[in-house]
Amino acid sequence: MIRCLYKGVQVPAEPSGGRTPVLRASGIVKSFGHVEALREAAFEVYPGEITALIGDNGAGKSTLVKVLSGVMQPDGGTIEVDGSPVQFGSPQDAAGHGIGTVYQDLALAPDLSPAANFFIGRELLRPGLLGRLGWLDAGAMNRRTAEELQRLGVELKDLNAPVASLSGGQRQSVAICRAVAWAERVVFMDEPTAALGVVQTERVMRLITRVREQGVAVVLISHNMPQVIELADRVQVLRLGSRVATYERGQADEHLLVAAMTGAVNQEVR
Amino acid sequence: MTALPLASRVQLRRLAVSSTLYLAVALAALIGVFTALEPEAFGSAYNVRTVLTGASILLVMAVGATFVIATAGIDLSVGAVLVFSGVVAVKVMDAFGGSGWGAVGAGFVTALAAGCGWGLLNGLLVTRARVPALIATLGTMGMALGLAQVITGGNDLGGVPGELVTTVGQGRLFGTVPWLVVAAVAVTAVAAFALAKTRFGRYTLTIGSNHEAARRSGVRVDRHVLKVYALAGLLAGFAGFLSLARFASTTIAGHGTDNLQAITAVVLGGTSLFGGVATVIGTVIGVFIPAVLQNGFVILGVKPFWQQVAIGAVLVAAVYLDQLRRRARQQH
Ligand SMILES: Nc1ncnc2c1ncn2[C@@H]1O[C@H](COP(=O)(O)OP(=O)(O)O)[C@@H](O)[C@H]1O
Ligand SMILES: [Mg+2]
Repeated sequence: MIRCLYKGVQVPAEPSGGRTPVLRASGIVKSFGHVEALREAAFEVYPGEITALIGDNGAGKSTLVKVLSGVMQPDGGTIEVDGSPVQFGSPQDAAGHGIGTVYQDLALAPDLSPAANFFIGRELLRPGLLGRLGWLDAGAMNRRTAEELQRLGVELKDLNAPVASLSGGQRQSVAICRAVAWAERVVFMDEPTAALGVVQTERVMRLITRVREQGVAVVLISHNMPQVIELADRVQVLRLGSRVATYERGQADEHLLVAAMTGAVNQEVR
Repeated sequence: MTALPLASRVQLRRLAVSSTLYLAVALAALIGVFTALEPEAFGSAYNVRTVLTGASILLVMAVGATFVIATAGIDLSVGAVLVFSGVVAVKVMDAFGGSGWGAVGAGFVTALAAGCGWGLLNGLLVTRARVPALIATLGTMGMALGLAQVITGGNDLGGVPGELVTTVGQGRLFGTVPWLVVAAVAVTAVAAFALAKTRFGRYTLTIGSNHEAARRSGVRVDRHVLKVYALAGLLAGFAGFLSLARFASTTIAGHGTDNLQAITAVVLGGTSLFGGVATVIGTVIGVFIPAVLQNGFVILGVKPFWQQVAIGAVLVAAVYLDQLRRRARQQH
């Protein structure tokens, strides 16, 4: 059922064309005390696409990302990866299914180097007895980090400098490359350019398209509508904890997106 | 343990690094001045041994404190745990006949176990009960010292096996390097390696830098923090055993400020009280600045009261440096 309160704009037809989503969520419920952050939210990610997840402040975007990346457990609903139901008890469960996240609050250790950050919780140890005693293989971790950064076209002068000494854009690039290094299916990015200036934002946007070119699906949360329209192959709109609209590339302009976010348009009336 | 704004982290780190460097220079300058003023007395092999021996027991505790503070924690209980470990070790050695290497071995194991036990209790209080580390370890400090006094009736226990005192306590490797120093150097070297080069050290620094980042990446943060407090307790127990060897007594009243001395050394050495930045070599420098200062004053005949003033000033300087870091943080 489709309802359109916003006049003069075509409402899109059924999306997706019968492909299996790499990640599908349906009926996701999550409450914090009396706050219903997610009310039977649905969400799909298709392989090789950039999917934008948009919505007003408090719509539940970050909560949905946390549920789909294993940081939080939902009160109800189902999650499927490539069509098979899964449950994520931890971020590691999601990572095991090739799903990674760039958190809004970065979640880098600022005092450590990019290489150390890449390998938090996955440290490479030297072969043999020394490795079993916990001796880190710093050389191998540096090499792998350099390769990964190069693959995505990110240049850093000093791989050993603490992350805190990098610019905001470089830090975000490190966070994105780290997530992509460990996720072959989907990477969630929660407002990756919110704290950045114009030039840095451009750079991170180019990095996001390069991630898609590597065959990794991207879920992009952003308040920047021109950015969403430029980058996204698909836009899903969250409002008051439920999805209210889905558009494919070219189907929506800025006005329509804003209309959906504010409740003037609702494709999915229950 | 809130995350700092990133820009201020940079300043903080620069400050930390430069303060370590400055203090290395300061230590060298102190040694230079005292050597110039009193080359015979200060530079003698006897005096160097005295300084090194005097600092070795504190160094063992300060190394443990380095790991704790690297996680953005604190441990006030080390001096009390040292005393408690020494007391129960003497009791056990008594039960084993009060002499012989069997008794010494039993005492050694007892001291380590007692220290590790208190460390585990600290860790459990911090990670499970969520009692702030400052309060948790203040509490265990009181409990450990109180129990040591209950066990002994408040009077120091002698009866430390002579084998222990004459070898570990007073003996020297190759007739030159005191065994106490050898023990402290060994602990320090292993710890320096562990902090800088192993996964254990990496987890320690990561948790101190951003414990949420560590948690989301699958590091079992609580379990690791528990291990770090247990390590600090274990080292305090080891220090308690070394103290028995050195003084042939439980020295119950002698360790009231060990905790503050250890923290002073760690902070002086450039380790951040906010966690994430720490080096063991910095802590070594931080231990020796007060030690050299005190020794130099004794040799120069400065009144003992002045020594206390100077050490107090060094303590204040350490806290002042930390305040600078705090201010750097708040300006952003
Ligand atoms: N940890 C939490 N505890 C309590 N309420 C929360 C928590 N996280 C989110 N919420 C609430 O859930 C709602 C959705 O939040 P969020 O997912 O952060 O929205 P968005 O990212 O779209 O701005 C908001 O009302 C927010 O206040
Ligand atoms: Mg959000």
